[in-house]
Amino acid sequence: MSEAEATPLERLKPLVLVAVGGFTGAIARYAVAAALPGGFPWGTLAVNVAGSFALGVLLFEATLTGRLSSETRLVLGTGFLSSFTTYSTFAVQTAALSPRWAVANVAANYTLGFLAVVAGRSAVRSLAAPEVAG
Amino acid sequence: MNAVLLVGVGGLLGALSRFAVGSVVADGRRATLAVNLLGSLALGALTARLAADATLVALLGTGFCGAFTTFSSFAVETVESYESGARRAALGNAAANLVGALVAVGLGGWLATAL
Repeated sequence: MSEAEATPLERLKPLVLVAVGGFTGAIARYAVAAALPGGFPWGTLAVNVAGSFALGVLLFEATLTGRLSSETRLVLGTGFLSSFTTYSTFAVQTAALSPRWAVANVAANYTLGFLAVVAGRSAVRSLAAPEVAG
Repeated sequence: MNAVLLVGVGGLLGALSRFAVGSVVADGRRATLAVNLLGSLALGALTARLAADATLVALLGTGFCGAFTTFSSFAVETVESYESGARRAALGNAAANLVGALVAVGLGGWLATAL
């Protein structure tokens, strides 16, 4: 179906999917932050690492097996996970820490976040491998 | 409205705004850098000016700015460009987001109190 033939409802669908994911992702982030101890920004570190792992799984799944629909990727990736993880809160919290803890916070978010993406891809590869071999 | 709903509504609007930036800025890394810097500027200003207003902090800070900016997309895009061989671009992207966001937080705080 071409763009011109799409009904208003179909054109709205991506926005609804992103909105639903964004709504639930922000609430989930808020819940994680509330559940973890204060002092050091553990909540932001936890959501950034967990969300990077999950987005790694989601995006590499797209290239390796492609079983998930584009709608699923939109609601989970662009909506939920991008809303669940946050850079602005990470930056504001880093700026408020003492220099030593600020460096530790940046190192932890960056190192664990990047490793989580790689781990997410490895998880997809190891799950997809039997299928590829078979 | 309770805090959870405020965070959710802010998150919904933040995610839609990020999606809108992504559809205007075609390059994924640039779109992510743009939302991360803009969101950090806004959150820096909010933190300096409205920290006492719990309703606005939940709606605009935790909800909107938290969801408008993203760490997961940043991490995936940086790893992807590093592994594709564009190592300098990946390191530049990591540094630009970090330094840019920290400067934006400071600038936002300064603007909110100076204006």
